[in-house]
Amino acid sequence: MLTHDKIERKTGLLIVLTVLTISVAGLLEIVPLFFQKSTTLPANELVKPYDPLRLSGRDIYIREGCYNCHSQMIRPFRAETERYGHYSVAGEFIYDHPFQWGSKRTGPDLARVGGRYSDLWHRTHLLNPRDVVPESNMPAYFWLDRPLSDSDIEAKMKALRTVGVPYSDGEIAGAKKALEGKTELDALIAYLQGMGTAIKQVR
Amino acid sequence: MSDFVSGAWNIYIAVVTVISILGCALFLWMQSSAKHVEGKTTGHVWDETLEEFSNPLPNWWRWLFYLTVVFALFYLTMYPGLGSFKGQYQWTSAGQYDNEMKKANDQYDPIFQKYLKQDIRVVAVNPEAREMGQRLFLTYCAQCHGSDARGTKGFPNLTDKDWLFGGSPERIKETIAQGRNALMPAKGVKPDLTEDEIKDLAHYVRSLSGLAADSLRVHRGKPLFGAACAACHGADGTGNVGLAPNLSDKVWLYGSSEATIIETISKGRVNQMPAFGDFLGEAKVHLLTAYVYGLGGGQDVPVTTAETH
Repeated sequence: MLTHDKIERKTGLLIVLTVLTISVAGLLEIVPLFFQKSTTLPANELVKPYDPLRLSGRDIYIREGCYNCHSQMIRPFRAETERYGHYSVAGEFIYDHPFQWGSKRTGPDLARVGGRYSDLWHRTHLLNPRDVVPESNMPAYFWLDRPLSDSDIEAKMKALRTVGVPYSDGEIAGAKKALEGKTELDALIAYLQGMGTAIKQVR
Repeated sequence: MSDFVSGAWNIYIAVVTVISILGCALFLWMQSSAKHVEGKTTGHVWDETLEEFSNPLPNWWRWLFYLTVVFALFYLTMYPGLGSFKGQYQWTSAGQYDNEMKKANDQYDPIFQKYLKQDIRVVAVNPEAREMGQRLFLTYCAQCHGSDARGTKGFPNLTDKDWLFGGSPERIKETIAQGRNALMPAKGVKPDLTEDEIKDLAHYVRSLSGLAADSLRVHRGKPLFGAACAACHGADGTGNVGLAPNLSDKVWLYGSSEATIIETISKGRVNQMPAFGDFLGEAKVHLLTAYVYGLGGGQDVPVTTAETH
């Protein structure tokens, strides 16, 4: 009989039972996701790996901590889809390492912000949000209008390739050229303008 | 959604789930059926006198645990959880969303459809439609055009009579549904403009709308305007709807200062109105068009309230 008296006296048994108990949820809810088509394949042929400029933009998004206030996950509720567009699906994020779903919305969700505003709007808004949205409490990112560093773009793309993003050698070789003359603002806007555009915003 | 690469995953999930739930029940039974002597300690002594009783779980607690096991099994028969088994309720998150949308559509569609059938000039003077239109405008349009629709630098004022792509209901609707792309090439159609010539041009452009300008530069700028700008803006600078803005009026999208005009000429302008047709659907675009048209800047005289009844 497996009484708690016996378990507490045998450390090895205690370890085995503890590991078993805490791994059940992971085995059931995490492991099967690696073998599901909807979570491992692109949602459609429009879901593509980030090009060098958008990838640099994503890293600025992470550097500036945008995910602290903006989520990238539209939940399947009418209240969200009316405002943001079609709800998010897993297949849209397969090239995101790490994904930027976030967990807090001080600002609006950005999962389908691509194409919703003009480049000029983003430029104005990032440099000083109050110029276009007077009641906005978003910080101004006025320093972004400076040259974009391209020193580690190739290394970044190679690293992403090792976790499954299908970059070709040619794409990696041409990455530095694609960033020539761009500013951090250009990169971030390119990232934002591509966001969520793979799924048409049908109602 | 369960679209596994192999059906074995469904079985794996179902089996592990059931085993873990039944395992909980078995473990609970083992603990509660073990012999307990009231007042007996585990035998450990900490910190000189600290001991622990080896008492059984209180009954109410034990039965609460059994109840959670029963609930889990009941839940799994009603809701999806056991691999591909859909449960008695056939519940899915997508299905719940579709139901929510259907319910809302059943409620709101008749209202939208009523206005969709009416002419925009009629909808534009209907107070209820204007209220709906305003709410839509504040949700989808105010970020760029402002909550008062008066725009800001780079984003057109929708309440004046100046329309870059036309102010008729049809044109406004087209603009909202399909979006617009505007491009002014740097240095117009004369790429060899020098800095000094650009300054001359800027003064000439300012003179077109009666702004202060250096008359010598205006004189030198005039022929340059003909060469570089007139192809789109017209020989007199009054512009062409849908192609190039009127430079002879008081409306300046990017600003009328000498420095701004020089910036516009030297670097050009690229701007865009995003398309909202797919996202909002025709009925909402219709209401928004009527709202924008009714803001007072719409072209063609709107029908009066009397005509709508």
